[in-house]
Amino acid sequence: MLNSGISVLVEGINLQRLMLGLAVTVRIALISIILGSLLGVFIGLIRSSKSKVIGFICRFYLEVFRIIPVLVWLFIIYFGVTNLLNIHLDGEVVALIVFSLWGAAEMSDIVRGALESLPKHQMESGLALGLSFWEVYRYILIPQAVRRMLPGAINLSTRMVKTTSLVVMIGVIDVVKVGQQIIERSVLKTPTASFWIYGLIFVLYFIVCYPLSKWSKNLEAKWEN
Amino acid sequence: MTIAENQPVLLEIKELHKEYDGATVLDGIDLTVHKGEVVVVLGPSGCGKSTLLRCLNGLENVQGGSIHLAGQNLTDKTVDWKPVRQQVGMVFQNYDLFSHMTVLENVLLGPVKVQRRAKKEALEQAEQLLKRVGLYDRKDAYPRQLSGGQKQRIAIVRALCMNPQIMLFDEVTAALDPEMVREVLDVILGLAAQGMTMIIVTHEMGFAKAVADRIVFIDAGKICEVVTPDEFFTNPKTERAKQFLNIFQY
Repeated sequence: MLNSGISVLVEGINLQRLMLGLAVTVRIALISIILGSLLGVFIGLIRSSKSKVIGFICRFYLEVFRIIPVLVWLFIIYFGVTNLLNIHLDGEVVALIVFSLWGAAEMSDIVRGALESLPKHQMESGLALGLSFWEVYRYILIPQAVRRMLPGAINLSTRMVKTTSLVVMIGVIDVVKVGQQIIERSVLKTPTASFWIYGLIFVLYFIVCYPLSKWSKNLEAKWEN
Repeated sequence: MTIAENQPVLLEIKELHKEYDGATVLDGIDLTVHKGEVVVVLGPSGCGKSTLLRCLNGLENVQGGSIHLAGQNLTDKTVDWKPVRQQVGMVFQNYDLFSHMTVLENVLLGPVKVQRRAKKEALEQAEQLLKRVGLYDRKDAYPRQLSGGQKQRIAIVRALCMNPQIMLFDEVTAALDPEMVREVLDVILGLAAQGMTMIIVTHEMGFAKAVADRIVFIDAGKICEVVTPDEFFTNPKTERAKQFLNIFQY
């Protein structure tokens, strides 16, 4: 019976546990988004450098993170690298490393694309005014690029939030894992538990991601005027 | 003999040589510009007119010869372009206003961030210049809300607000709707009347005739003629200049 099943959400400390799981999800996502964005902007900027070596290293880095699934990265670092170096890394730390590096790789491409889409003459106009190379970036190119890369960056952020659900595979207890644990324990008493628990998780992810896209829409609208 | 020739020399170009990947673009350009003089550079497409202007504020590097601006050698390897570019105002064909800034912000960027002038003083000058080109009421508009002619007039104001000693105009009306050419050329004529030193690259022959103290005709990277507009348009000396002028007469 559906109407009796919903009580599984508030039974005991179930809701509290789900919230703690959500906190893990949000923590990993948020820290990775921040670190990934900072590193990604830096890499995106140096990718406009004319040096072939820098260009190659940046491209290699980007492709490596694009081609290899995030799950495999988590495994390589959590099981492989720790084993090889004979160290122990906490699952959450590994998740932060992998998600930050993945975010940075994708972010760098968004930044590069935004910078390249700006008219070439903007640089010359800035130089002709007596601005230095970096001042042109600071006052002219980056502010314009930020506006262009916002949709892509927000899209990446929501993708990162969603992809954190993979951390279960290296033993991190996130909101999905907590949900599974609660379902396993309650399923005999409440056969509809998985509907209600996963339903709540569905809503929770929506609550986390929706403000991001709402915020980006507002910013875009603001810059439009 | 123009009045300007009694004035001190502001810009002196000698034997200027410029190559792109081995192809010669400027082949021994000699040109002296006096303070307050308006020099119009004419010539067929690809003759090196724009490149010449771009060499004067360091957007292109040169392979030989010298450029002296107010006594400073700009072809010296150690030249610091930042102060030089504040002396040389340049307006481009594509009126590149900064799209994320309002008209006033565009105009004030150089004076405030480069020249470190007081905001209030720079703002006064900017507003005065905007009034002069008839765009004061558009000071808070963004570039996309302006017509091509308006954008180009703002680009001129942006360069003027740095108080340059010389202004370079690189085909500033070439990308404009014909109806908007006039409003931009009027601004430049106004500057000429005020004694601004200018080098103008243009394809507007009527305008060249009206504004120039001297016409410099360039072909294939070489100066063919340096004469008064009257002489150039009525009695060009070189065959190449005659051919060039014929194109503009139907």
